[in-house]
Amino acid sequence: MPADPGWAPSAPPGVTPSMPPRADEPPRAPDAPAPEPARPAVSQQALVDALRGLVPAHALLWRGEETTPYECDGLTAYRERPLAVALPETEEQVAALLAACHRLGVPVVARGAGTGLSGGAMPHAHGLTLSLARFNRIVKVDTRARTATVQSGVRNLAISEAVAPHGFYYAPDPSSQIACTIGGNVAENSGGVHCLKYGLTLHNVLQVRGFLADGSPATFGSLALDAPGLDLMSVVVGSEGMLAVVTEVVVKLTPKPQVARCIMASFSDVRYAGDAVAAIIADGLIPAGLEMMDKPMTAAVEAFVHAGYDLDAAAILLCESDGTPEEVEEEILRMEAVLVRAGATRLEISANEAQRLKFWSGRKNAFPASGRLSPDYMCMDSTIPRARLADMLLAIADMEKTFGLRCCNVFHAGDGNLHPLILFDANQPGELQRAEAFGAEILELSVAMGGTISGEHGVGAEKLNSMCVQFSETERAQMLALKAAFDPQGLLNPGKVIPTLHRCAEYGRMHVKRGALAFPELERF
Amino acid sequence: MNDTLIGLAERVRQAAAAKAILRIRGGGTKQSMAGVISDAATLDMRAYSGIVDYAPSELVITARAGTPLVELERVLAERGQCLPFDPPRFADADGRLSGTVGGMVASGLAGPGRAAVGGVRDYVLGVLLLNGRGDLMHFGGQVMKNVAGYDVARLTAGSWGALGAICEVSLKVLPMPVATTTLRFDMRQAEALETLHGWGGQPLPLNASVWWRETLAIRLRGAKAAVDAAVQRLGGEVIPPEIGHAFWEGLRDQRDEFFIEAREAAARENSALWRLSLPPTTPVLPSFLDTLIEWGGAQRWIVAPAEDTLVMHRAERAGGSAFRVSGGVGDGAGYATPLAPALLAIHRRLRDSFDPHRVFVPGRPMRFQDS
Repeated sequence: MPADPGWAPSAPPGVTPSMPPRADEPPRAPDAPAPEPARPAVSQQALVDALRGLVPAHALLWRGEETTPYECDGLTAYRERPLAVALPETEEQVAALLAACHRLGVPVVARGAGTGLSGGAMPHAHGLTLSLARFNRIVKVDTRARTATVQSGVRNLAISEAVAPHGFYYAPDPSSQIACTIGGNVAENSGGVHCLKYGLTLHNVLQVRGFLADGSPATFGSLALDAPGLDLMSVVVGSEGMLAVVTEVVVKLTPKPQVARCIMASFSDVRYAGDAVAAIIADGLIPAGLEMMDKPMTAAVEAFVHAGYDLDAAAILLCESDGTPEEVEEEILRMEAVLVRAGATRLEISANEAQRLKFWSGRKNAFPASGRLSPDYMCMDSTIPRARLADMLLAIADMEKTFGLRCCNVFHAGDGNLHPLILFDANQPGELQRAEAFGAEILELSVAMGGTISGEHGVGAEKLNSMCVQFSETERAQMLALKAAFDPQGLLNPGKVIPTLHRCAEYGRMHVKRGALAFPELERF
Repeated sequence: MNDTLIGLAERVRQAAAAKAILRIRGGGTKQSMAGVISDAATLDMRAYSGIVDYAPSELVITARAGTPLVELERVLAERGQCLPFDPPRFADADGRLSGTVGGMVASGLAGPGRAAVGGVRDYVLGVLLLNGRGDLMHFGGQVMKNVAGYDVARLTAGSWGALGAICEVSLKVLPMPVATTTLRFDMRQAEALETLHGWGGQPLPLNASVWWRETLAIRLRGAKAAVDAAVQRLGGEVIPPEIGHAFWEGLRDQRDEFFIEAREAAARENSALWRLSLPPTTPVLPSFLDTLIEWGGAQRWIVAPAEDTLVMHRAERAGGSAFRVSGGVGDGAGYATPLAPALLAIHRRLRDSFDPHRVFVPGRPMRFQDS
């Protein structure tokens, strides 16, 4: 009997991938749907002709000098020029552009501020780049419901600025918050330095509205705390523009804490600093921020901001508490006690807001400070269990010797999220390749330690190969099928995030079992 | 690989080959919500039980689906940690709290702390999922920040078996609050809602709220100094801790007076119990037989006459949704707010890919009418 009312198989042939091979069978030819549409590319002329008239003339760019500014995002090593760039101003225009591209089979890459660090917004050579820059209106602030309804091109910081007079802010604060848009944050499920306590983008968003690949409207989530059906918003957030084009987001607002204070603690050994992080959490504390910098990083930022960092320390921890004055007083005392027990050699507690900001100034400037040390640097992003922080730092020190390159380290230690900055000079033959190999090794070790290849920057175009290491063939095939459920023709940001089985076969690195290397007997550290 | 796990996967493969159907079960506490289909064989997840990994300093626990929720919470409590979203444990026919970890994730149900701390989905970090082809797949992981690939792990929260059987789950956990105080106020519904909206916008350690029959109760949780300061500021009657604790536990497991009365009335077939999920600022809804409000107004339990179909329309008009938990007349259409057509199409295609042979019979909240 049909025990499953309402779920009658309905998809047209070709939507469902056939069964991927099991681990115990010899691999078969890859048969999951490739994310790249297998159809002849549409010419630039044909695309422009089809889109002209859907948006005002000034909102459609296709000449080389117009589209060049869009050829990359924050990952400048990866560049591609799209056939055209559209800057729609209304939702009707977004729907019309998507419907036209769907009819022509033209890929569409949505773009916010282009600050992403993994090439997620890198254009498609045969596609349209859909910029949401003109969706920059804060539609509504509801202080009773503690929500703000904003268009997807609104900058992250602009939300906090707009609601500040009401005593609120929007909690996730990626370091690019001055420029990055909420639509981009939704695409990447962005974090920041405060997500241990306040959560990621997903935890601070109620509803996401936009359009599917064929131009039909869709709303994910709701103004209530749940909605009927599967919680599709939880996959749309973090999907890097591959499931839907987002035009409007309802975010949660958080009451501004009355006070914040920060402790800066020095350690003579990275192991003590790593253990201190675990001890703080084990003591039942959830700091508002918990960051770590190693010695080379500290030296680099001190030269840049002159904040008075301890240059003798092997590692520095920044540990912050926020809340009511009473809460902060109580927490700071407990944090101080734990840090002293963990062997901190020097400890400073911010006495006022100016001093707190000074403590943070170095951490916030870690990237530009690294830029002064070396012609080029590569910023990595992975997460590992907190307890492995010191092991990772020591392993990276060994890799520096292996690859003959220097590396500075900043961590969102509270989340176990690493940002090693590999220094290199792209003008020296072979250095870029060595830096890339160095980075891939860090990612692989992160997976082996039970972590992940991306904590907050996304996979984009950059980390496709490393996805082969983290996920099995079956898992990747399932993710490709999930994409096809939202976007059967594979037109939204194709070729990103989930590598094809073919690509993984070419990469040739095997899937690392979670928390264990495939060959544990081999020495890896 | 574990033999039990291999056995579960094998059963699914056999069912797929034989075109048979399977009903996934854990503690059996949500069968009335899930709506049992009698001719489905059972895939009993209780055989796959136990804590796989727990490192308190990582704030992460990994458990097998069949692990009783009370067991998981006992292990966490030993290290001063908890699941802060108060998942209901429900009682089985014998009155035991037999709900499992897998059932908690599959149902996605959370209790009084939901509005303040987030729901099940927000604490799921990773799952081991057995899909309808018999494939075992890991999604997510054991770390807080993880954006590698689509977040399929969180999608399984509240999926009621539609994507497959959840075999293992990694959950974020939190330290137990240092201080908890319950306050009670005499207040009419409209005033209670307005008061809660006002408090919600302030930096108060407001962790849970409930309004029922002209009484508002709130739970304050956090640093001792913060809770004490809030008690001073808000006034109200301080409830003795043991009474407060028992009250919130009863509400959480839906064993308190309201739920007992509502279910008894529903069983007598003259009324129905509805759950409404609403924007919290939805004004007072027209009178029903009884109303209990949680989550600062975002979850409202309604007892309405059995034949009343306006409940659902009112919820939808307010921008929310409704689900008839028990009682009422008729089944099928009218039971729950339907999905928008665009979303229904996505749901079908997701089912096509996770369970192409329709091996698993999903729970009632995931059964949709063809439109």
